[in-house]
Amino acid sequence: MEKFTQLTAIAAPIRRINIDTDIIIPSREMKRVSKQGLGEGLFAGWRYTKPGGREENADFILNQPPYREAKIILTSANFGCGSSREHAVWALHEWGIRCIIAPSFGSIFQGNCVRNGILPVVLDDEKVVELVNWVEQDAAANQLTVDLVAGKVSAADHIEYSFSLSEADREMLLNGLDAIAVTLKRADEIAAFESRDQKQRPWAYPQRPAP
Amino acid sequence: MGRSCIEKLWDAHEITDLGDGSSLLYIDRVFLHERTGSIALKSLEASGRRVRNPAQVFCTMDHIVDTFPGRTDQTLMPSGTDFITATREAARAAGITVFDLGDPRQGIVHVIAPEQGIAYPGLTLVCPDSHTCTQGALGALAWGIGSTEAEHAMATQTLVVRRPKTMRVVFDGTLSHGVTAKDMILHLIATHGADGGVGYAIEFAGPAVRNMPMEARFTLCNMAVEFGAWTGVIAPDEITYEYVRGRPYAPSAEHWESAETCWRSLVSDDDARFDAELRVNVADIVPTVSWGTSPQHAVGIDETVPDPATEKDVNRRQLMEKALEYMDLKPGVPLEGIPIGAAFIGSCTNSRLSDLRNAAAIVKGKRVAEGVRAIIVPGSGQVKAAAEAEGLDKTFVDAGFEWRESGCSMCFFAGGENFGLETRVVSSTNRNFENRQGPRTRTHIASPTTVAASALRGALTDVRKLV
Ligand code: SF4
Repeated sequence: MEKFTQLTAIAAPIRRINIDTDIIIPSREMKRVSKQGLGEGLFAGWRYTKPGGREENADFILNQPPYREAKIILTSANFGCGSSREHAVWALHEWGIRCIIAPSFGSIFQGNCVRNGILPVVLDDEKVVELVNWVEQDAAANQLTVDLVAGKVSAADHIEYSFSLSEADREMLLNGLDAIAVTLKRADEIAAFESRDQKQRPWAYPQRPAP
Repeated sequence: MGRSCIEKLWDAHEITDLGDGSSLLYIDRVFLHERTGSIALKSLEASGRRVRNPAQVFCTMDHIVDTFPGRTDQTLMPSGTDFITATREAARAAGITVFDLGDPRQGIVHVIAPEQGIAYPGLTLVCPDSHTCTQGALGALAWGIGSTEAEHAMATQTLVVRRPKTMRVVFDGTLSHGVTAKDMILHLIATHGADGGVGYAIEFAGPAVRNMPMEARFTLCNMAVEFGAWTGVIAPDEITYEYVRGRPYAPSAEHWESAETCWRSLVSDDDARFDAELRVNVADIVPTVSWGTSPQHAVGIDETVPDPATEKDVNRRQLMEKALEYMDLKPGVPLEGIPIGAAFIGSCTNSRLSDLRNAAAIVKGKRVAEGVRAIIVPGSGQVKAAAEAEGLDKTFVDAGFEWRESGCSMCFFAGGENFGLETRVVSSTNRNFENRQGPRTRTHIASPTTVAASALRGALTDVRKLV
């Protein structure tokens, strides 16, 4: 997995509460059994003028310079709620997004971000608004810096906000770890739990149904 | 200090506390479907890893398959066939049980996992699908995950999970006639917001839940995710045990006693502490229908479309304005009487036998209004067969409904069948998001009986006038 340590980039404000994963990537854009090729479908319902079409909607922020180069999204509460589709995160990543700053996230989406090299940063709504106000003055020049090592989001030299992440998620992103490999280091512990558990909860282990 | 049902389930599966607020949990069951499971299986294979214990993994075909009678691997969704065949091949290679097309047990994952007795109290169960919380109604810890986590669960039989805060939602009182579990959960979300449960695992409790049949409990837990919750749980009781007993994959007679002893201990202790508690008197709830594009945009059928001008919170106000524009509605218009173009009964929320029985009782001997497209999609092959044995299919067809094979169908738009541009649909599903049921389709979510009543009149209808 790709590492995330520090990033200075253009940030695009897409402010609306409850942006669901159907909006981030509509189902109809998930055409193949693949994690690739999804960037094109990112925000398709907003980004293009017609459903299924590819003519760009000039009003949508990610179609406008300088936001076409954005790597950070500034958004509102409950971002990524709804469907569990990891395609939402794969689409964001392929398009170029590496960090999303919001007051809260849909829980499955937040986990999916961490497993795909995207940093979800939780900041209070007022702080997100501060960042949006500053970015909107001149988005190309007013880039944000997100530093996972220090746990800080900063804007030039006048805004600096701390954020936190669970230690496991932080380690995973900083080192680009493969979560399965990390867990498999505990294979013995898992096997020991299982053999103990099979005695305590024999009913919990599946039996083939009677024919 | 006492523990809650959620804490007991958590503790029983905790292999180790990772010390940063998360734990490594043992996962008893993994369920997959062809839309997201196919990628998880393929990607696992590509990484050279194996499914650790295939007997604990199951798979169904529900999301992309067509629901027309006589369906095959071919789908209206372009490239849908690829998902079906890729899933089938990968599942076979991995040695996991598949409820494939043509199998009488096939159906929507959250309907068939309980129906087959694969989900039952005391288990952890995950699926790369957000509505996995439905199955928490059995007193299991069941939650939706991403595809990468599904790979992790299959390869290791574990997941690293952040310990959630706990919330208890107590439903007091007795439901009025014509009001259902669907109305309860819509009411809860409308009152506290679509992010009201973010960060929480929720236990639904109280007399109104204890009196609820199993199928209604699934409906209640189904929309915990629409409340933003990590999952929802209902502590098991006699109703749960009766439901589980004798199902194909349920604990055998030999293990039943030890299972039931354990399940009885899962009930929250009297002195259990919750991080938050909400109380609702269900007698205050009326049939509830959504008017906007978030499940929090719902009001009683006897109310009017709300006015964003009265909303103080700027974020919520903006969302309401966008929603009204998308839904083509004006503030102040009574919900009842808004004309509809289609009616849909189906989905993991409301497609079980009792849902179909209740809807059939409303439409029996009547006709769907002129110009309304009305569709019934049973949640599983077994629900369909049971409904047909009672003649419900005939009731629906005589009334002008289409009677389908089971699957997710038009609960969501995958690129194939849909309701059409700007059609207004009243739907027993769980999501009224923009474009969820088709390009610019306008969805009103409601109970199956409200859907049935509205189909007859061709407009949103207060079902209490018909029952
Ligand atoms: S019925 Fe709808 S909500 Fe339920 S699993 Fe299928 S697509 Fe998802």
